[in-house]
Amino acid sequence: MNKFVKFGLPALTLALLGAGWWLGLAWAPPDREMGEVQRIMYVHVPLQWMAMMAMFINFVAAVTYLLRQSWKTDAMAEASAEVGLLFGTLGMITGSIWGRPTWGVYWSWDPRLTSEAILLVSYTGYLVLRRFVEDPEKRAVWSAVVAIIGAINLPIVWFSVRWWRSLHQVQSSPKTVDPQMVLPLRVSAFGMLALLIVFMVHRYRIALAERQAEVALPEALPTDDPALRATHSSKVA
Amino acid sequence: MSPTNPKRPPGLLATTLVLLRKDLLIEWRTRARLNALVFFAMATLLLFSFALGPDTKLLERNAGGYLWLAILFASVLSLGESFRVETENACLDGVRLAPADARAIFLSKALGNALLLLALAVVLVPVMVALYGVRIVTGVGDLAGILVLGSLALSAPGTVYAAISSNARARDVLLPLLLFPLVIPALLSAAKGTTLVLQGDPMQQLGSWQGLLLGFNLIYWGVGFVLFPRVIED
Repeated sequence: MNKFVKFGLPALTLALLGAGWWLGLAWAPPDREMGEVQRIMYVHVPLQWMAMMAMFINFVAAVTYLLRQSWKTDAMAEASAEVGLLFGTLGMITGSIWGRPTWGVYWSWDPRLTSEAILLVSYTGYLVLRRFVEDPEKRAVWSAVVAIIGAINLPIVWFSVRWWRSLHQVQSSPKTVDPQMVLPLRVSAFGMLALLIVFMVHRYRIALAERQAEVALPEALPTDDPALRATHSSKVA
Repeated sequence: MSPTNPKRPPGLLATTLVLLRKDLLIEWRTRARLNALVFFAMATLLLFSFALGPDTKLLERNAGGYLWLAILFASVLSLGESFRVETENACLDGVRLAPADARAIFLSKALGNALLLLALAVVLVPVMVALYGVRIVTGVGDLAGILVLGSLALSAPGTVYAAISSNARARDVLLPLLLFPLVIPALLSAAKGTTLVLQGDPMQQLGSWQGLLLGFNLIYWGVGFVLFPRVIED
C-alpha cells in the first residue's frame, strides 16, 4: 500500500478533524437562536455530505460496472455503499441528538428525515442482497441494478428540504451564516472527506481481495480441462 | 392473412403479448395464485379491524391506507410466485432461447403482475365497503384510475426485484427488504388518493397524487425496461 495512504492520510484526517472541531467548539461563536447546541453542526453536516458523496460514488461505480465489467468497480460499489451507510447512520444519530433540544423530539416525520430513513433502509437492503448471492458475477450485476434503482432516492433526499418546506432547514450557504462558522465547517468537512477516503480505500482493498479469492478458488482446485482454467482466469479483470 | 416470412422474428409488442397470454393462461388454468392472494388480502383487511378495535370512524378514515397495505403484502407473494413458475424446469431459459427479447419478458411479467393486483383490488373494494363502511364519494372513475396507477407502480420495480431475489438465498426476506423502501412514494400517493376518493376531495388534491403516481410509473417502468435484460442474463 502506498505509504501516504497508510500513514499520511490518517494523520491528515486526525489533524483536520481535530482542528475543525477545535475551531467549531472553542473559536466559533454560538448560534444566536440555538446556542451551544448548534455546534453539533460541525459533525452532523459533514457526515451527511460525505454519506451523500459515498452513495453517489456507489451509483457511478454501479453504472460503470454495467458498462464495463471489472472487479474493481464492483469492489468500489461495495465499499462505497457500506461506508455511505455508516456515515449516513451516524449523521442521522447526530441529527436526532440535535433535534431533541431544538425541535423537542428525537424524530419527526419531516420529509427530509423520512426520505433519509428510506434511503438508509434501501442501502441496507442492497448490502443484504450482496450477502445473499454466492455467485460473484451475478452478485455484481444484480447489486449494480439495485444500486441504480435505489439511487433515484438521492436527489429526492437532497432537494426534499426545498420541495417541501417544513421543520428541517434549507441548506445554508456561506452567505447566510457567520464567516466564523464557515471556516470550522469547511475544515471539518475536509477532515471528514479525508476520513471517508481512508475508510473507502481500506474497504475497497478488502472487497477486492475477497473477490479475487472467490474467483480464484476454482482455479486452485485440480482440473484437467485447460479450457475451464482459461475461463476462470479470464474472469479476474 | 398473407403468409409471412417465417424467419422474421416477432416484434417486441407481439412477443410481450404472447408471453402475457402464456402467463395469464397458466394463471387461469390453476387460479391458485389469485385465490390465495384474495384470501390473504381479505384476512389482512379483517386483521386491521381486529388489531385496531371495532372503531368504525377510525377504520373508515384509514381505509385507503389499509387497502394499499393489504395489496402491498399480497404483491410480495404474487411477485415471488410469478418467477417461481419460471425457475421450475429452467423455463426462463427456455423462454429466452425461444428466442424472446428480455425486455418483452419484463413487460409481460410486469403487466401480468399489475393485472393480478388490479383484479385483487377490484375484489377488495366491495369487501372494504362492507367491512369498514366506506363510500366512494368522488366517483368510480377516480377510484379506477388510482387502482390502475397503483398496481402498475407496485409491479414495475417489483418485477425487477422478484427476478433478482428468486435466484438468491433467503428470497422471502430479500424481496420485501428491497421492495418496501422503494415503493414508499407509490404507496403514499396511492393511499392518499384512495382516501380522497373515499372521503371527498374539497381541495382538489387528487390530481397531484395521481401525477406523482404517474411520474413514479414512468421512472420505474423506464428503468426496469432498460435494466431488466442485465438481471436475467447468464
